[in-house]
Amino acid sequence: MINKRVLNADEAVRDIPDHATLMLGGFGLCGIPENCIAALLKKGVKGLTCISNNAGVDDFGIGLLLKTRQVKKMISSYVGENAEFERQLLSGELEVELIPQGTLAERVRTGGAGIPAFFTPAGVGTEVAVGKETREFDGKTYLMESWLRSDFSLVKAWKGDTSGNLIYRGTARNFNPMMATAGKITIAEVEELVPVGSLDPNEIHTPGIYVHRIFQGVGYEKRIEQRTISK
Amino acid sequence: MLDKIGIAKRIAQEVRDGMYINLGIGIPTLVANYIPKNINVVLQSENGLLGIGPFPKDDQVDADLINAGKQTITMMPGSALFSSAESFGMIRSGKVDLTILGAMEVSENGDIANWKVPGKMVKGMGGAMDLVASAKHIIVAMQHCSKEGASKLLKNCSLPITGLRCVKRIVSDMAVLDVVPGVGFKLLERAPGVSTEEIKNATEGKLLIDGNIPEMTLN
Repeated sequence: MINKRVLNADEAVRDIPDHATLMLGGFGLCGIPENCIAALLKKGVKGLTCISNNAGVDDFGIGLLLKTRQVKKMISSYVGENAEFERQLLSGELEVELIPQGTLAERVRTGGAGIPAFFTPAGVGTEVAVGKETREFDGKTYLMESWLRSDFSLVKAWKGDTSGNLIYRGTARNFNPMMATAGKITIAEVEELVPVGSLDPNEIHTPGIYVHRIFQGVGYEKRIEQRTISK
Repeated sequence: MLDKIGIAKRIAQEVRDGMYINLGIGIPTLVANYIPKNINVVLQSENGLLGIGPFPKDDQVDADLINAGKQTITMMPGSALFSSAESFGMIRSGKVDLTILGAMEVSENGDIANWKVPGKMVKGMGGAMDLVASAKHIIVAMQHCSKEGASKLLKNCSLPITGLRCVKRIVSDMAVLDVVPGVGFKLLERAPGVSTEEIKNATEGKLLIDGNIPEMTLN
């Protein structure tokens, strides 16, 4: 089996240049590539375009990269929980493209599946449809949307093996599997990296063919945004 | 007039055995608390779960298990986990039977506006546009009027649209209404203590009042 193991996050992101287009997995702060984000912060790359469902919070997730002004553009479906984000957006320092969540997921999926465009009903008749081709199928109007691909996809999984096979846990899966398929280079960080042969092939979510580099992350904080308890 | 709990309780009466349901953030999330125990439904969370359970006890909290509102949750026995692409695939293909969500405005032909207010920071539409464009049945939970008393059930939405001609039923703090294509809002029930006249005055869009409108019953 091909060994894709790298030592750590610094080695994994070593060649990400300024102005790269990145995909970052996660929904809110759940399933985000914490170690890669920390390494990008340290490396100081600038002018990044980040494709991610959300933009983190002020002091965690992509919010950390916003604070240091390393992000030029965000492509997201919802960016609500970040005051610094709001400030940069209103001052014009940051560019934002908002996309319906299902459309975002499908644009990434098709990017990884070799399908350049598709039709979806989401956004028909709204400002999302402005300038886009529409077509009718079986009497209903659909909007043409195009694929998304990245220079580097940064994904987070629960377990992985050194050949890049990945297994996610709970709702931390979210955008990670599609983003893993849509990167020219895909970097996976996992909580537990195991030798080839230790994972059950029946249970693999992302086959290793999509993953170029893998490492075992350290010190996962897994911060919770809305800790909600039943009484 | 109904409070938030009252709206959630009334919407819970719309739930039928065997339904797969997506609940939006806010009042719709509360609906889960009032679904009768003898009714079996599966709640879908668009971040990748079928089978949302109750909020966890303190020692059950798991950072890898959240709902679309980013709250910690548990899973019911028999749950299934999947990616965001698969999640919206089941939404788009009409597998989810009922979508319950909030709205800022609804028009008499069923257009909904719930994602953007001009002049305020735009946070994004999240999954709302996908949900309203594809759901088989949409029930909207909303306030009938703004704090200033302006109707939110309009001839045409004034705010940016989330989806066209998609709302089927509205449960507001004043009434239950259906959106009937070509007709407008059809009044079905009044909230306790609210008169037909008051609902008429609070509804800007075309309102159909057919006979005596009953007052709703809440348990």
